[in-house]
Amino acid sequence: MKCKSVIRELSNYLDGDLDGVLKLDLERHLQHCEDCSMVVDQTKRTVEIFCGSEPLELPTDVRSRLHQALHKKIAQRPN
Amino acid sequence: MTPSNPNILAGSALSNLSSPNPHRLPSSVALADEHLLVAAAKAGDAAAFEELVNRYERKIFRLTMNITGNAEDAEDAMQDAFLKSYTHLENFHGDSRFYTWLVRIAANEALMRLRKRRPNQISLDEPIEGEDDLMPREIQDWDPTPEQRYAQSEMKGILNEVIQQLEPDYRIVFVLRDVEELSTEETAQSLGISIPAVKSRLLRARLKLRQKLNRYFRKGEPN
Repeated sequence: MKCKSVIRELSNYLDGDLDGVLKLDLERHLQHCEDCSMVVDQTKRTVEIFCGSEPLELPTDVRSRLHQALHKKIAQRPN
Repeated sequence: MTPSNPNILAGSALSNLSSPNPHRLPSSVALADEHLLVAAAKAGDAAAFEELVNRYERKIFRLTMNITGNAEDAEDAMQDAFLKSYTHLENFHGDSRFYTWLVRIAANEALMRLRKRRPNQISLDEPIEGEDDLMPREIQDWDPTPEQRYAQSEMKGILNEVIQQLEPDYRIVFVLRDVEELSTEETAQSLGISIPAVKSRLLRARLKLRQKLNRYFRKGEPN
């Protein structure tokens, strides 16, 4: 497998969507290609960092307007 | 804030979300009692719906902020998403998690506002470009724990900055797949694009973000 193919299949590899033979080929390439190995590892970490990031606090005024609008909507709902 | 119904929330344990992705961190998105809250809300229990809002408002605001990049639009999109989900709760049949359904509504609300502001920049349905531009540049060793270099608020600022630098059509796919953890199929369905288009944009988004983070995380980079 060449570097270009590794990069093309990188997302599928990280998502566990590669079939056995292709996965083995890719992992064999990673064993001897330092650049690809770094890109795969860093891309994986990039996804993990975003995936595990905590949402920002909702500003108090934004939250207050949301709940006011919600209460208004709830009051309009027929029982 | 409306107090939670203790009976409804009694079984509040983290559910085992079966993510097919081996690298994924455990998600705290869905709690085991979500379906009980939804059932109660459908039966007319407004407090149960408000509990769902309390639970997801920060995540939905993050989503609409990530897509629109504009606080005013993000607030409007979030508010409309919750109000629409309340109005159309009867149409939610439990085929997916409630949170996934809510994310789809919010993503559409945010996308609509982004399209209004940047009518010529959103090209979700355009053909995907070739592979020549894919090869990564700036390949340097990263610190083993680069996240620890930055304070939590600083880190949030960096993530927000780099994600906003992505082109909107890459950003939206990345946010739905890797931040909100929708499946490829759910992302494709939400955006009305093909699965290959989702995969192609996701790969590009991930590679671009890696490259943008490189300047913050590479070894020897001063704090």
